[in-house]
Amino acid sequence: MDPMAEIRDVFFQECEEQLAELEAGLLRMEAGDKDAETVNAVFRAVHSIKGGAGIFALDGLVRFAHVFETSLDQIRSGKLSAEPHVMALLLRAADALMDLVRAARNGEAVPEARTQGLVVEFAGLASGGAAEVRTVARVQVPVAPAPQAEPRRTWIIRLTPKASLYAKANETALLLRELSRLGETEVDLDTSGLPDLAELDPEGAYLCWTVTLETDRDAGAIKEIFEFVEDDCDLEIFERPNFNFFMEEAPVEEIVADNSPAPAHPYAHPPVHAPVHASLAPPPGGSEIETNTPSLHPVDVMAAQAETSSSVSATIRVDLDRVDRMIDLVGELVITEAMLNQRVLEAGLARTSAVAMALEELEALTREIQDSVMAIRAQPVRSVFQRMPRLVRELATQTGKQVRLLMEGEGTEVDKTVIERISDPLTHMIRNAIDHGLESPEERVAAGKTAEGAVRLTALHRSGRIVIEVADDGAGINRPRVRAKAIERGLVGADAQLTDDEIDNLIFLPGFSTAAAISDISGRGVGMDVVRRSVQAMGGRISIASRPGQGSTFTLSLPLTLAVLDGMVVKTSDQTLIIPLGAVLETLRPNAADIYPLDNRNSVLALRGGYVPIVDIADVLEFGQRSTIPEQSVALLVESEGGSRAILLVDEIQGQRQVVIKSIEANYRAVYGIAAATVMGDGRVALILDVDTIVSVTRETVRTDFARVSSQGS
Amino acid sequence: MALTVLTVDDSRTMRDMLKHSLVAAGFRVLQAEDGIDGLEVLKTETPDVVVTDINMPRLDGFGFIEAVRRDVERRSMPVLVLTTEADAEKKSRAKAAGATGWIVKPFDPVKLVDAIRRVAA
Repeated sequence: MDPMAEIRDVFFQECEEQLAELEAGLLRMEAGDKDAETVNAVFRAVHSIKGGAGIFALDGLVRFAHVFETSLDQIRSGKLSAEPHVMALLLRAADALMDLVRAARNGEAVPEARTQGLVVEFAGLASGGAAEVRTVARVQVPVAPAPQAEPRRTWIIRLTPKASLYAKANETALLLRELSRLGETEVDLDTSGLPDLAELDPEGAYLCWTVTLETDRDAGAIKEIFEFVEDDCDLEIFERPNFNFFMEEAPVEEIVADNSPAPAHPYAHPPVHAPVHASLAPPPGGSEIETNTPSLHPVDVMAAQAETSSSVSATIRVDLDRVDRMIDLVGELVITEAMLNQRVLEAGLARTSAVAMALEELEALTREIQDSVMAIRAQPVRSVFQRMPRLVRELATQTGKQVRLLMEGEGTEVDKTVIERISDPLTHMIRNAIDHGLESPEERVAAGKTAEGAVRLTALHRSGRIVIEVADDGAGINRPRVRAKAIERGLVGADAQLTDDEIDNLIFLPGFSTAAAISDISGRGVGMDVVRRSVQAMGGRISIASRPGQGSTFTLSLPLTLAVLDGMVVKTSDQTLIIPLGAVLETLRPNAADIYPLDNRNSVLALRGGYVPIVDIADVLEFGQRSTIPEQSVALLVESEGGSRAILLVDEIQGQRQVVIKSIEANYRAVYGIAAATVMGDGRVALILDVDTIVSVTRETVRTDFARVSSQGS
Repeated sequence: MALTVLTVDDSRTMRDMLKHSLVAAGFRVLQAEDGIDGLEVLKTETPDVVVTDINMPRLDGFGFIEAVRRDVERRSMPVLVLTTEADAEKKSRAKAAGATGWIVKPFDPVKLVDAIRRVAA
């Protein structure tokens, strides 16, 4: 890849980070955070985007960022206070900046109108701001000045450094070296200012140089050499007139004489050994020879460093590919370790044998390595959460509702792949909460609530999973309406007896939409069923709890990683299968008396006063024979992500273990009822069961008969 | 021997850009993400020239330069500051803090290398 293209990618990646930082900071400021560092961070974010945009000559972006930054700088310096209307403008500007960045990334033009209004508003913010707005940093494409073919001229340069020149690590020798690169030089050193050794300050400045330079370069080239030291020396540069034209009063060019009185009459023929200039700075520090003045003491520096280094949390950036390669390798390691374990067991070695014990240690280590590697990929959910405030602002504007978004647990970490995939479901859940959950301000006030509705987004770790909640304090699910709609859509029978929970869960059914008219917010052809499917595809669960008049809470529970899974190893029809442990509620031996056949294929199990459909995995997966006689097999009570339960019949349970997930879809194709595959200790491939598909299919076929059996049983 | 340059900038884009230009000029490049990080690098490395940004988290360019100038071992190390525009106020503040010189962003790679060579012993 072209290095510039690579840096460009980095720039846009960094822009995203800066934009997130910017928004988070602005939101903190809006919430009343007056910390100077918050304002600084916000300023830096915009400043940084501007700087990078300059490199890539993204003029529009640079101009807008500059206007934005100017206002932020005014807040930073206290010239402008962060009042609500200012914060609102800044937040909108952040949104616009985001659009500009995205457009630049895609090489699109952004209509001037997108930013023009904001620029005018910014101009109106500060008195006299309008003039300032126009001092926009133009992107200059600097062109190295082409050496001009000037006639050869002779210059006299007199340089009297001050001590401050050396204190800033500038060097006379280097200046002379640069001069010598311009042409032929003759250097004279005047040491007359040197004091006696006893009075000499090692850091003082006592010398004066006079350089005669013969060059074909112009005055600018000479001046440039002294660019950095202008204020730290007395400098005179003048041309030695060509004697031939002396009488013609050739104009004498005097260039720099900043700190020294300009000679009233330029020397026609300056004395080469100029007397020490009258304005020569007295040696700083007087006669002290001491080099270690208190402020220079190394201990100070070390103390400062010690103090700061304790707060340093060093980070490195690593290509994701490398991490993924490592995760793959660790996965292989886990499998190999399991194989080794099995071989040792097969060899009949005692558990107390040295080999077995070493192996146990290896197993623990492997597990630890695996956890550590997984932790590398873990990232805080902040990057996803940070996108939500903007979404909420936009939705609030579109719906005319007043919404306050509260976020908690942004620092909760989860695997990067999970983060990438929760963005869409989360976005939809928030849309849903605002569009369907929250009432209009009038309705809220009428119901005795505040006009402003609240949506709370929370992330936390719970029993090895990440749980994300989207809670609103709206009207809650309108159960009679949901039920009526589901009946109308033919999703449930008109006489179906449904619990409140079951009614609430109807909204996850495909083809369900409660909005009377499809709004352009939630009704984008995506229903909660799609949300549930995408969550389930990650091995996640989504559930809802709703209280009429008080609001709804959607709870998303996801595995921390998509790379490994705790599974139960089972055998059925001579096939080894893995059932995700999270889905298994309990295992039992069914009694023949508790099994009620519904027809020649389906049956249910009476379990603690209820009935659960029985699924013969071998049958569903078409393993050929109907192997299991229910009463001779092991029954696993499983629960799908949607909360539906079923009994899975298997021949035997072989154990539990962590397995490395290998995609079947990527290596072969999607297989019905199978979520993925893994490699077992003996090297054989085992399939990982997709519990949800199996349970939902069974429920559909069983549902119609369920009510009948249910009434018989009671 | 190739000159070693330490770049101190919180923007990865800028760090990459600097590195790209400096490596092309045959320099050895060290990188730091802010002033604190820069001081940390200076504990073990002795670059010929340091190029630092001004606006950075934790320790900005001014503070970084001041710390370098307070360190007897490092005080004679040339430090160039990067300023986004020819901001006279920032320039003079940087000078007051002890900056050897400055480079105006967006920088021209030729001028950048030139400025570094100019201050490198």
